[in-house]
Amino acid sequence: MAGSRPLAEGWRAYRLIAAMWIRSTLTYRVSFALTVLGGLLVTGLDFVAILLMFSRVDVLGGYSLPEVAFLYGLSATSFGLADLAIGSAGRLGTRVRDGTLDTLLVRPAPVLAQVAADRFALRRISRIMQGSLVLGYALVASDIGWTPVKVLMVPGMVLCGGVIFSAVFVAGAAFQFVAQDASEVQNAFTYGGQTLLQYPPTVFGRELVRGVTFIFPVAFVNWVPAAYVLGRPYPLDGVPRWAAFAPPVVAAVCCLAAGLAWRAGLRSYRSTGS
Amino acid sequence: MGAGRLYGAVAAGGFRRYATYRAATAAGVFTNTVFGLILVYTYLALWDEKPHLGGYDQAQAVTFVWLGQALYATLAIQGGGFEIEFMERIRTGEVAIDLYRPVDLQAWWLASDLGRALFQLLGRGVVPFVFGALVFPTAVPGDVGRWLAFAVAVVLAMVVSFGIRYLVALSGFWLMDGTGALQALMVTGIFCSGMALPLNAFPGALGEVVRALPWAAQLQVPADVLMGKADPVPAFVFQAAWAVVLLAAGRLVQLAAARRVVVQGG
Repeated sequence: MAGSRPLAEGWRAYRLIAAMWIRSTLTYRVSFALTVLGGLLVTGLDFVAILLMFSRVDVLGGYSLPEVAFLYGLSATSFGLADLAIGSAGRLGTRVRDGTLDTLLVRPAPVLAQVAADRFALRRISRIMQGSLVLGYALVASDIGWTPVKVLMVPGMVLCGGVIFSAVFVAGAAFQFVAQDASEVQNAFTYGGQTLLQYPPTVFGRELVRGVTFIFPVAFVNWVPAAYVLGRPYPLDGVPRWAAFAPPVVAAVCCLAAGLAWRAGLRSYRSTGS
Repeated sequence: MGAGRLYGAVAAGGFRRYATYRAATAAGVFTNTVFGLILVYTYLALWDEKPHLGGYDQAQAVTFVWLGQALYATLAIQGGGFEIEFMERIRTGEVAIDLYRPVDLQAWWLASDLGRALFQLLGRGVVPFVFGALVFPTAVPGDVGRWLAFAVAVVLAMVVSFGIRYLVALSGFWLMDGTGALQALMVTGIFCSGMALPLNAFPGALGEVVRALPWAAQLQVPADVLMGKADPVPAFVFQAAWAVVLLAAGRLVQLAAARRVVVQGG
């Protein structure tokens, strides 16, 4: 029963709800295909902006186009994974406001699993597709001295990055319990984080880089490990060499913090009563 | 009630409606400031690599970023103004009641959207811009005339922005589901108005084309007027011409749509 194995229970509930939404989405196949196509266009725009920049310059912050594409592909793909898996949690604010969260609370399944799978939007694969395309281009075009470790690090970065962004989404959802109307703040961290990581760390101010390395550690999605793969200096002096292999640990710590935030948020929830 | 007072009241209502949600406004200010910060650093790097790209110096490029963040919600560059509500009314058929009202449909929504835009400018635009001007070197003129010209350009930009979104919303009469049209609005809005990259930094023929499209009237023209990169009078003519064309097109499409409306009987 619920409670005895919460993780397994949650995963089962998540799978069932997500599968239901996928079935419902695929009922309108043409509409779905068009939405994915449109999504590819929308998500591709920020890379087009980067291409336009590189039509006027050869390097940006010392990074060439394939290197920026490498950062971009890693950031976009891992963000896309998180957005697909758990992005629906961003709509929690609406449910808190109109009181429909109460329905989820009385169901015999973990609330987080229900919120994450709520209106599971398969169309979000467009971000993953677009990110992987750019990443593929980067892997072909850039001139990386491949070693077995570096090869393993690419899927590792996408996976850990996806987990780190997922933790950010969960923390954002937890924030919405208290934020009410201020839910847009979470965009600054989710979409803002993704946009930030699409550019080389050398572009940004030292304080900003320090902040996203030690406080809000999204630098471990790509900046730090990608610097290792590209054979470039780390974004901050004094960061030890092994930091490139830290993303799994960082991801685990982020999950723990997000989980605690979620519990605190859920406990503070008061229904609108309507 | 005179027409002027009526639409004035509608505009005031639009203003008050958005002014009600203070926490949401503060959240928007925060988010715009964060995005401004990210963008500013990338532009600084770009202009560092290529000084005078598009005729801007670094300070002007920085000013452009903060103007973009200040006008982003005001001009609903990515969408998010009256059109969502209007499309919903078209979809549900409630628009039939609107068409019966003794007011002009287009003028009603224009007044309401101008009220919203004015609030967004004051509530969401000023703070990120002031933050940017204080923290980064910007090219903000001290000349009052330049600011007045900028104010005129922003009002014209609001009308052009409305004109575009009104057409997008009317597509709902034929398409019913507005998702695709709104997506197109988002793509064109970000790309063609200069949010992704100032239009004068676009290369070659692509640059020529985007600078002639109505979206250029939204962010690029007011920014160039403020920074003295464009003469106010030709700039106003460009904006006003697009405003007239878009409003007239909106009027024609609306007439065609009104003939088409079939009200579902209950």
